[in-house]
Amino acid sequence: MRRLVNIRPGRGGKVFLGAAPLALVAIGYVVASAARQAENPADKLLPPIEAMWSAWIRMSLEVDPVTGSIPLWADTVASLHRLILGLGISTGVTLAFGLVLGLLPVARATLGPLVAAIAVIPPIAVLPVLFIALGLGETAKVALIVIGITPFMVRDLASQVGAIPEEQMVKAQTLGASTWQIALRLALPQAMPKLLKGLRLSLGPAWVFLIAGEAIASDVGLGYRIFLVRRYLAMDVILPYVAWISLLAVLMGLLLSWISRKFFPWDHTRGAE
Amino acid sequence: MKDVLLSIRDVWVEYGDRIVLEKVNLEISRGSFVSIVGPSGAGKSTFLRLIIGQEAPSRGAIFLNGEPLQPEPGPDRGVVFQRYSVFPHLTALENVAFGLECSGSMFLGRLFGKRRKAALDEAAQMLARVGLSHSLNAYPSQLSGGMQQRLAIAQALVRKPRILLLDEPFGALDPGIRLDMHGLIDELWREHGLTILMVTHDIKEAFKLGDRVLAFDKRRHDPHAPHRFGSSAVYDFPLTEKNRRPPAELLALSGAEPSRAE
Repeated sequence: MRRLVNIRPGRGGKVFLGAAPLALVAIGYVVASAARQAENPADKLLPPIEAMWSAWIRMSLEVDPVTGSIPLWADTVASLHRLILGLGISTGVTLAFGLVLGLLPVARATLGPLVAAIAVIPPIAVLPVLFIALGLGETAKVALIVIGITPFMVRDLASQVGAIPEEQMVKAQTLGASTWQIALRLALPQAMPKLLKGLRLSLGPAWVFLIAGEAIASDVGLGYRIFLVRRYLAMDVILPYVAWISLLAVLMGLLLSWISRKFFPWDHTRGAE
Repeated sequence: MKDVLLSIRDVWVEYGDRIVLEKVNLEISRGSFVSIVGPSGAGKSTFLRLIIGQEAPSRGAIFLNGEPLQPEPGPDRGVVFQRYSVFPHLTALENVAFGLECSGSMFLGRLFGKRRKAALDEAAQMLARVGLSHSLNAYPSQLSGGMQQRLAIAQALVRKPRILLLDEPFGALDPGIRLDMHGLIDELWREHGLTILMVTHDIKEAFKLGDRVLAFDKRRHDPHAPHRFGSSAVYDFPLTEKNRRPPAELLALSGAEPSRAE
């Protein structure tokens, strides 16, 4: 009898094993929904698939007479705009600070404690401060994302840059490289795939901060919508929206992976860690 | 004394109250191939770090070509480590061209057009010389250990350093590959008239390649405070073709650490 630790599923087996729990959850939902509908046709907590589908069609195709736009697309555009702006600013700040902190011991000694202190502040706790200081508009919501993910990304990148082997740093200097040339030709290119990895890990938190910001003060956005329709227990809208947000998050993650493979193939070859 | 390239005068290295090297006095002539051996912890790597410029002596002075050595690495000293000497994000060709691009372009560290082509041609020639002409566009992670060390040597030589420093360069290689590398480094030494300092664990390798062997160890030993005495070069053998066999006392010195099979 082979040990359990040595039994590895094949290709088809993996697909089957991976799909089974998902299918079970879906079937479980359909069964539970049907049971609740049978008892009370007006039940709102577990709407049947058809109800969610018709809500989805309504949100994604019909123009809302009040705002004059189609809710799903207006929400998606507004949310992605905030998210991408926040991620972009965080990435830029991270690149600059991460490189400097990772490369220069003087900068690490000067700014390291400050970054560490900022990193322990729970970002949501700062949200009121942001709304007071920056108003209820777009700025505060983007700022929440930036404040929420940048400290982690900076520390992650700084440690990755700091982990470039000393042998490489010495070698570059024996080849005549200045500090600037080391930053530009050695640290920056090696930091890029690590930065993308850090960004991918930060996507989850970034969505959390985005939805938190939108839930509290907004008039459009995916987070705004689900918190709005919550008042009417409109699970038929909330659940498709949650699925849509998850799909967007997965697609962004895949896009970042693809960029990393496409532009930094050396980080993905066999033997690279 | 012959034409002296590197002169080490009364050099000490101390960390707090721990003395690693004491009173090292050496002169290295231009064009020599000096092997440095010694048991672990005898300071041979520290000695090499001094010459590379990774650290400065606590006392004493080092002169390269008559001038005081800067305590930071520079293009007058080429280096090949046991591992991690090459840049993983650059192809073999770009790894070798890196040194040429750094000296040719202060701000961008990159060359363009004709100058780039000239640098790449020079790099390709250097790679052909070390036997890597078929892997110009491979990334280091796609090369075997021996090929990575060939690449590291080509990369170091392209800046034409005054002195080439090798830190256990063949320590991680298979015996057969190691023999090939011995042949290569010996040829390059003769062809380019290089001055080489090589730290190695392998006494046979030291005597086979070097024309002078230095053995580092502690001259004095205090069993109650072993850290209070540092090492220095206790044996200094000039080698001719006739005496290429390690003497018995040296093999005994490294007894705690048997040389790896060739």
